[in-house]
Amino acid sequence: MKIKILLVDDEKEFIKTLAQRLKIRNFAVTTVYSGQDAIDIAKENDFDVIILDVFMPEITGIDALKQINKIKPLTQIILLTGAATVENAIQGMKLGAFDFLMKPANTELLVEKITQAHALKHEHEERIRQAEIENILKTRGW
Amino acid sequence: MFKKIINIIFFFKKKPRNHYAILKRNIIIIMMLITILPLAAMIIINFFQYRSHLKSQIIAPLYAMAEKTRHSFELFWEQRLAIIRFISTAYSFEVLSNEQNIKKILISLKKEGEGFIDISLINNQGELVSYAGPYSLLGKNYSEQVSFQETQIKGQYISNVFLGYRKYPHIVIAVQHLADNGKNWILRATIDTNFFDNLISSMGLPRQTDAFLMSKDKILQTNSLYYGNTLEKCLLQLPKVNFRSNSIEGTDNENRDIIIISSAFSMADYILVIVQPQSVALKSWYALKTDMLIIFLMSITIIIFAILKMTTIMVKRIKTSDEQRENVLSELQHAQKLSSIGRLAAGVAHEINNPLAIINEKAGLMSDLIGFAKEFNKKSKFIDLTNSILNSVVRCRKITHRLLGFSKRIDIKIESINMNHIINEVLDFLKKDILYRKIDTNLILSDSLVSIQSDHGQIQQILVNLLTNAFAAVEDYGLIEIKTKNIKNRGIRVTISDNGCGIPNNVIKNIFDPFFSTKKDKGTGLGLSITYGIIKKLGGKISVDSKIGKGSIFTFELPEKPNDLEMINE
Repeated sequence: MKIKILLVDDEKEFIKTLAQRLKIRNFAVTTVYSGQDAIDIAKENDFDVIILDVFMPEITGIDALKQINKIKPLTQIILLTGAATVENAIQGMKLGAFDFLMKPANTELLVEKITQAHALKHEHEERIRQAEIENILKTRGW
Repeated sequence: MFKKIINIIFFFKKKPRNHYAILKRNIIIIMMLITILPLAAMIIINFFQYRSHLKSQIIAPLYAMAEKTRHSFELFWEQRLAIIRFISTAYSFEVLSNEQNIKKILISLKKEGEGFIDISLINNQGELVSYAGPYSLLGKNYSEQVSFQETQIKGQYISNVFLGYRKYPHIVIAVQHLADNGKNWILRATIDTNFFDNLISSMGLPRQTDAFLMSKDKILQTNSLYYGNTLEKCLLQLPKVNFRSNSIEGTDNENRDIIIISSAFSMADYILVIVQPQSVALKSWYALKTDMLIIFLMSITIIIFAILKMTTIMVKRIKTSDEQRENVLSELQHAQKLSSIGRLAAGVAHEINNPLAIINEKAGLMSDLIGFAKEFNKKSKFIDLTNSILNSVVRCRKITHRLLGFSKRIDIKIESINMNHIINEVLDFLKKDILYRKIDTNLILSDSLVSIQSDHGQIQQILVNLLTNAFAAVEDYGLIEIKTKNIKNRGIRVTISDNGCGIPNNVIKNIFDPFFSTKKDKGTGLGLSITYGIIKKLGGKISVDSKIGKGSIFTFELPEKPNDLEMINE
C-alpha cells in the first residue's frame, strides 16, 4: 500500500514538480496551495504524512500544524521552509512536527524522512490497535 | 586661570589629539593651585605671626635685664653723688681744705662706699686745694677741663671713663657747693671702674651674650667680649637712643647676625648695650621654623603625590570609559549595520530559496525522468547536465543557508531563561538522531541552576551547533555528556563532552575561525565561528579541550546578564 502524502505550499510550480517526483518514488500524493485547504482536506482524508510549508499567506504552516494535529493526531507532519531559524524549527517540533527541512531540500533526504515518519505513524497505529484488542478482550472477558 | 577653566569646560567638545594629556595637566595644575596656594598662604602667615610672637617672647627678658642693670648703675651713681653732696654740705671749705681732714673723710668713704679711689677739693678757680688719695695731684688746675665746667654749670657731674693724669681708667663724680657767703667750690671724687665690670658680670647673661657700657659717642666704657676694650671705639650700629630700652637686628664686624638692645642712662652720658647672636636668641624660633618647613614640604609632597596618583587614575578611568563608550557606539553602529545587512540577507535568502527549490525539483524531476527512461542518444550527457544543475543548487543552498545563519546571529532578544530547559528542548529537537544512532546522552544538570538574562534563540543555536558537532564526532552507540552548574556570582557554565574522535592539536587553535572546517564538503566552517560570536556577544566565553581518540570537551560560560545589556536592548 502506497504512503499517502499531502503537499502544502503556495509555490504551485514547486509543489507540482515535487509531487511528480514523489509519485515516481511510489507515493500517493495530493497537493493543496494554502493552509486552510490543507486543514479542510486533512479532515476528509487520512494522510500518512503531510509536508507543510511554514511561510504561507493567511494561515501559516505553524497554525495549520496546530489544527491538523488536533484533527488527525496520528498524521506525521514535516515542516519545509525557505527561511528557517533554529527557533522556528524548535517551535515546530514542540508543536508535534515530525521533522523540519529547509528548502531547497535534498529529495533523497526528504524521502528518508517521509519513510521514517510513516514508520512512526504505523508504529502508533499498531500500538493503538493492540491496545484496542486488549481492551476488547478485557471487556468480553476472553 | 579663567582661560584654563574655560579650556577644561570645553575639553569634551574640542577633544584635541592628546586631550587626555592636556586634561591631566590641567587637572593637576588646578588641583595644585587650590590645595597648595592656601597651604602656602597659611604657612607664610603662621611664619610671620610665630616669628613676631616668639621674638617678643625672646627679647622681653633681655629688655628686663637691661632695665634692671641700668637701674643698678643709676642707683650706684645716685648713692655716690649723695655721699659727696652730703660731705660738701656737712663740712665747710676750710675744714675740707685741711689735708688731714680730707684724708679722714676718704678713709670713712672707703669704709662705707665701694669704689672710691680719691677725693679732692677744687676752688672756683679750678685749682686743686686739697687732695686725699694715692696720687700727687696738688697744684693741678682743672679750670680748662670739661668736668670742672659742667659741674660749674649743672651743679653735679658724672664723667665718662678716662685715663686723666692717673693713666688709669676711672670716672669722676663732682658736686658743686654754694656757700652762704656766695663762694662756691667743688668736691670731686674718683671711682674705680672695676665696679662696672662686677655689675655687668652679675647680670647672669646667657651664653655668647655680651653686655657693656658705652658713651653716646660710642667709646666703650667697659670691656666687651667681642667688640673691644675700655676706651676703644665701638663700631656697632645702635638702636635709637632714648630713655627706654630699644632693640634692633643687625650684623657685627664678624658677619654674625645679632640682636642689639640698648638702654640709655638719664643722669649720665652712658648707654648700656646687650648683644646676643640671633642663633642663640632665636634658637627656638629656628627649630620651629625648620619644623614648619619640614611639615610644609612633607604636606606638599603628599599633596603632589596624591594629586598625581588621583589624576592619573581619574584620567585613566575617563579614557577607559570614553574608549568603552566609543567601542560600544562603534559596535552598536556595526551591529545596526550588520542587522540591516542581516535582514536584507535573510530576505534575499528566503526569496531565493523558493525559486531555488523549484529549480531543484525541476532538475530533480528531469533527472528522475531521464534516469527512468530507456536508453536514448546522449542520455548520459543529459544526466550529467541535470546533476550539474543539482550540484549548483546545492552550492546556492549552502550560500542562502549561510546568509540566514548570518542574519540569525545579528538580532539579540534578551529574556530570562533557564539553561536546563533549553538543553532539554534542543535534545528533543535532536532526539531522532539520538534514537537512530543509539547515542547515549548523560545529563548532569544542576537543580539549583540560576536563571540568566540572555537570548533564548541564540542559546538554542549554540547548543544545536555544539551538539551537532558532538554527534558528528562520536560513532554509533557513542556517549555525550552535558553538565550545567552555577559559577559563583558570574553566571553559569555548560560543559558538553563526547567520547568521539577528538580534535588534532594543529586544528584546535583554528576551530573558531570562520570558514575553517574539517568536514570538507559537509560543513560550511561557520558553525563554531557563529557559536563563538554568539557567546562573545552574550558576554560569555568558550573553551575547548580535546584528546585524539578520547574525545572533546566544549565548555562555555554565560554571565547572569550581558554587560552591555542596555546597549543591546537599545
